[in-house]
Amino acid sequence: MAELGMSSAVTRRAFSVRKMTGFTAVAIVCFIMLYAPLLPLVAYSFNSGSSIALWEGFSWRWYEAAWRNELVQDAAFRSLFVATLASTFATALATMAALGTTRTRAYRGLTAIYAMINQPLMVPEIVTAVALLIVFAVIKTATNYHGLVYLITAHTAFCIPFAYLPIRARLEGMDISLETAAADLYATPWKTFRRVTLPLLWPGILAGAMLAFVISLDDVVITEFVKSPGQDTLPTYMLGQLRRVITPEINAISTVLLTVSAVMVTFFFFLNRKKM
Amino acid sequence: MNSAKGGPAAVQALNVSKVFGEGDSAVVALDNVSVNIRQNEFFTLLGPSGCGKTTLLRLIAGFDHPSNGAILLEGEDISGLPPYQRPVNTVFQSYALFPHMTVAGNIAFGLEMLGKSKPEIDATVTDMLRLVQMEELKDRQTSQISGGQQQRVALARALAPHPKVLLLDEPLSALDLKLRKEMQIELKRLQHETGITFIFVTHDQEEALTMSDRIAVMSAGNILQVGTPRDIYDHPAERFVANFIGETNFFQAELVSVKKGAGKIKLASGKTITATVPDGLVANGHITAVVRPEHARIVEPGASSTLVGTLENIVYFGTDTHFHVALGGEEAFIVRMQNARDDAGKFSTGMNVGITIDANAAQVLRD
Repeated sequence: MAELGMSSAVTRRAFSVRKMTGFTAVAIVCFIMLYAPLLPLVAYSFNSGSSIALWEGFSWRWYEAAWRNELVQDAAFRSLFVATLASTFATALATMAALGTTRTRAYRGLTAIYAMINQPLMVPEIVTAVALLIVFAVIKTATNYHGLVYLITAHTAFCIPFAYLPIRARLEGMDISLETAAADLYATPWKTFRRVTLPLLWPGILAGAMLAFVISLDDVVITEFVKSPGQDTLPTYMLGQLRRVITPEINAISTVLLTVSAVMVTFFFFLNRKKM
Repeated sequence: MNSAKGGPAAVQALNVSKVFGEGDSAVVALDNVSVNIRQNEFFTLLGPSGCGKTTLLRLIAGFDHPSNGAILLEGEDISGLPPYQRPVNTVFQSYALFPHMTVAGNIAFGLEMLGKSKPEIDATVTDMLRLVQMEELKDRQTSQISGGQQQRVALARALAPHPKVLLLDEPLSALDLKLRKEMQIELKRLQHETGITFIFVTHDQEEALTMSDRIAVMSAGNILQVGTPRDIYDHPAERFVANFIGETNFFQAELVSVKKGAGKIKLASGKTITATVPDGLVANGHITAVVRPEHARIVEPGASSTLVGTLENIVYFGTDTHFHVALGGEEAFIVRMQNARDDAGKFSTGMNVGITIDANAAQVLRD
């Protein structure tokens, strides 16, 4: 997302990086490095044999196997459940944070608040994971509660900056005189928010929610540390499988996840491009 | 609309100051400004950018609050009210139409917020659409109509709740010349038909002169002069006003006598002419006076001429010709004469010429 924004800003200038010698070659190498490894993964998910390196023919059998596997079903449902709740909470909080940082006069400490909100993007995930493991262990011992709330809380926390960025971008791009006009036309602050700000902010909120959803769905490190026994999500289940025998079932699950992510990111891209 | 003269005040600013920022970075946008705007008046705040005209408009709308002083609407202090509690609507420079609503939806917005009934809203929206001649386009999205049409929607939206005062913040600046001329006439018509007090902000002197009942000329956070377009143009009381509006000739003279605003001034040439003198000025020697180029004429040097000089330059403008006459020392004195006049063609550069000034055309400046 960040790269997309950067490249369009660069091409708008008279000086274009794209015209520099070797640009195309470098770009092609980068794309190959990024996407070529995915091709065998996807291809072998359709392998009729049980090897992930030896092609024996086309079949849907590993998709079927994954579909029937109760452990996979269980993990997939948990992933979707956690991602849905966490992205919803994160988006609500991120929307409030975005309003609080764009719809006020600049105040002392605003920059510090930006940094605080975006901090989960900077802090190494493993550090957050270990910290949460310790805190939650204490709470788990004290309360004897081992439910999904820990996972949802953790996911909500690290999803906030991802939801925050597109929402804030949309708010900053919005013509502030629209809200002034609403106030001029007898709309109270709440009515102005409901009738003008929120309808115009929706694409940003949806984009933020989808980004948060994908981030939650993909998370391994924090989930692995925070989850209680029997709380595998799809990624942690797959990680567990890698320690045993690897079959193309993993490829099949990966391909499905990849498709979901790709569809959502594409959708996000078009939402973000939607005119103000 | 001269019937507005002497009516009760629609809007009053009483010793209003507005300071943005604090300490060293504080900027004084309005410096102790007082003005009375009458009912049903087309009142224009005219001045260059940064003079405080938009700040004053925003204070009346309630988008900002005065640092000092009060804003009165029909005699009532509204300084503390938020914009949504003031019966005042604004036409924004950028129009600020709601992009997620249709033309009709935009016009209905203010009425909905006031809690009007559905039939009443529909009736008013229909009236407004007719008033601005946009009936055909009521279901269009605002992004699908032209700039001039957006302008009309913005007007209709602001007029629909029938505000006591309509504020217009340079609403014509984004339009091309032809459309701007049309809208100037349109705005006058709307003001006449609705009977609403219009407060119009512009930096365009021609716009101000053609549309206004009265004009307040502003500079650096102060109102320098308030008057009818004719007053302001013919009798600028301050150097800034004379300079900002139209072309003018400045010259030094001596104020010999004053009686009820009419005075006699003695020019460098030794001749004495009549002039208008602003209130409070007494005959005490050196003053600066101004004469509009079209209020003077070029003549053969002789007894009838008030000033004598050398014709430096002749600039032909089609309908009229500008004669630049060097009087020695300062800038050239410019005389504008219509080309239909017989005498316009008989002068050439380098000639010695005389200038006569029309009776009472000279204006003495306060500073």
